[in-house]
Amino acid sequence: MNSIHLSARQIAQKVRAGELSALDVLEDHLRQIQTVDGAPGSLRHEHLNPAEENKVHAFIEVTAQRARRQAEQVQALVQRGEDPGPLAGVPVSVKDIFCVEGTTTTAASRILYNFRPPYTATTVERLEKAGALIIGKVNLDEFTYGSSSESSAFQPHPNNPWNTQRVTGGSSGGSAASVAAREVSLSLGTDTGGSIRQPAAFCGVVGLKPTYGRTSRYGLIAFGSSLDCPGPLARDAADAALMLQVLAGMDPKDSTSALAPVPDYLAALQEGVRGMRIGLSRDYDHITYPDTLTGEMSIQAIQPEMNSAVRDAAEVLARLGAEVVEDVPMPNARHGIPAYFVISRVEAASNLHRFDGVKYGYRTGTPVRGLSELYRATRAEGFGLQPKLRILMGMYVSAAQHSAQYYQKALRVRSMIRSDFEQAFDPRGAYRLDALLTPTTPTTAFLRKAVLGDSVLMQYSDQMTVAGNHAGIPAVSIPAGLDPLGLPIGVQFFGMDFREDLILRAAHAYEQATQNAEWRGITPQALRGSEVSA
Amino acid sequence: MKPDSITPEIFARLVSLAALELTPEESEYLRTELNHQLAAVQELSEIQLAEGVQPSLHGLECRGSAPRPDAWIPFPNSAEILKQAPDSEGGYFRVPDFSRGEVSE
Repeated sequence: MNSIHLSARQIAQKVRAGELSALDVLEDHLRQIQTVDGAPGSLRHEHLNPAEENKVHAFIEVTAQRARRQAEQVQALVQRGEDPGPLAGVPVSVKDIFCVEGTTTTAASRILYNFRPPYTATTVERLEKAGALIIGKVNLDEFTYGSSSESSAFQPHPNNPWNTQRVTGGSSGGSAASVAAREVSLSLGTDTGGSIRQPAAFCGVVGLKPTYGRTSRYGLIAFGSSLDCPGPLARDAADAALMLQVLAGMDPKDSTSALAPVPDYLAALQEGVRGMRIGLSRDYDHITYPDTLTGEMSIQAIQPEMNSAVRDAAEVLARLGAEVVEDVPMPNARHGIPAYFVISRVEAASNLHRFDGVKYGYRTGTPVRGLSELYRATRAEGFGLQPKLRILMGMYVSAAQHSAQYYQKALRVRSMIRSDFEQAFDPRGAYRLDALLTPTTPTTAFLRKAVLGDSVLMQYSDQMTVAGNHAGIPAVSIPAGLDPLGLPIGVQFFGMDFREDLILRAAHAYEQATQNAEWRGITPQALRGSEVSA
Repeated sequence: MKPDSITPEIFARLVSLAALELTPEESEYLRTELNHQLAAVQELSEIQLAEGVQPSLHGLECRGSAPRPDAWIPFPNSAEILKQAPDSEGGYFRVPDFSRGEVSE
């Protein structure tokens, strides 16, 4: 039996029971990486033949030795009759934006191409302590700045395992691709505007953005510090629950880390959806998109299959006893991207000032006359186009003479976005929702190069997800079918602060009820022809 | 079509403040994209704020613990930190001098 087809729960259970060796699990997954992944991302940008080019390319670095040491430790604990942890032997990939001591941590940028962090992110530390095998670092958009993972300085970028001509989404594209292609059971990603959920939707996996503060940001290279959220990507809701259980909880090293108690997420799944109130909103069945020359906003339809997937999912949940609440107003959803363009850029620009070629990472090799020239040349050569664009935009909209018009206004719009959700979830309000069900993305995975370079269109790929980041609330994207081209469709549940248990319950109930749906039997293209014997 | 908010002059000033240097191709692309993004955020100015709406720095109030004690916790392995430096000497990061002209920039 090849363990790549087991869930994380099954792997952990079998390893803990001594029925399966963590070392065998690791070898199965390393073999799968060997089969489907192809060349890891690098700065060399070599020309690849078409067969090689169309591999998955999720990884920047495979950390086989580290994972082997962990697997040996797990086995030693099992043999001594000690508890190897809830993720014993489970292979996990880590988005290369988390510091992991002993690995290179690049943020997919030339400016950190040689950075070896002297410490490990809390989230990764917790995973390893729980017995997980960190099998490697996976690719992303440079500094997480994108929604396709194509902007990585480390090429080839990841391809969508369902159709390698399509993008994985982003920025946690390597995470989503590695889970979809069964190279790992779980992946650790980050979500600032949709960067876990959008690639999860594009690659047909589950992606959970926890409540802001639920998971520690210590050791995460920052993008938008008031929005960034580490979280799991998994193949089903129960595996995401298992991983969240390990990640969640107070970390004194992150001053925004929350004290709220951590419930038993796996146990909560069993409670079902009977009596739950699931909302639908017409404000999520289209997007509002600007003409880039005039700024004129127009309403645009989204791919029709997205709306029908939401309807179908609502019907499934209604049959299970949930109450579906129609027409929940989310009038400020449409302002999510404009506000994000301002807030996330201001925070990004601030966070990017630390990269200067002095303390770590890349330093220019060209002779310079002084320190200022050293900064300029290092940043010019080290940053790609997207970080440069974010720095410039962030500085412009936060400048003293523009701040009231842009930044201060955006922060107030953020409050209004939050108040939409507060009204919808208010237990004494008109809607009293437990979850709001929406599409995750306006379209399924787009073609490679189709959007790259158009920074406005790329950003609007996150219109369905970004409100959750502004509001700080949790949201999960789950697979809900395939479109006529065979590309995965994702639907999303938004939830109340710290109620990941409720949205995971809804996700799990939908999965159970659609277990025998025809589309669930279809596997990603990258798995066909490779070893698929279960 | 509206005139560009970010003219080449404003753009050059921003690039200097951001401690960047750009090729002409990069400048053209980045200035175009900046103007497109600003067009997209114009929507903000048309939004009518409800009375008394306060700015949110975070989506939800941080419910972290009380501020940590202001205690010095030495990093166990400072040599590892210095090892990351492109250039260091005697426990210090080494950089070229400020030149006179640079300071006034």
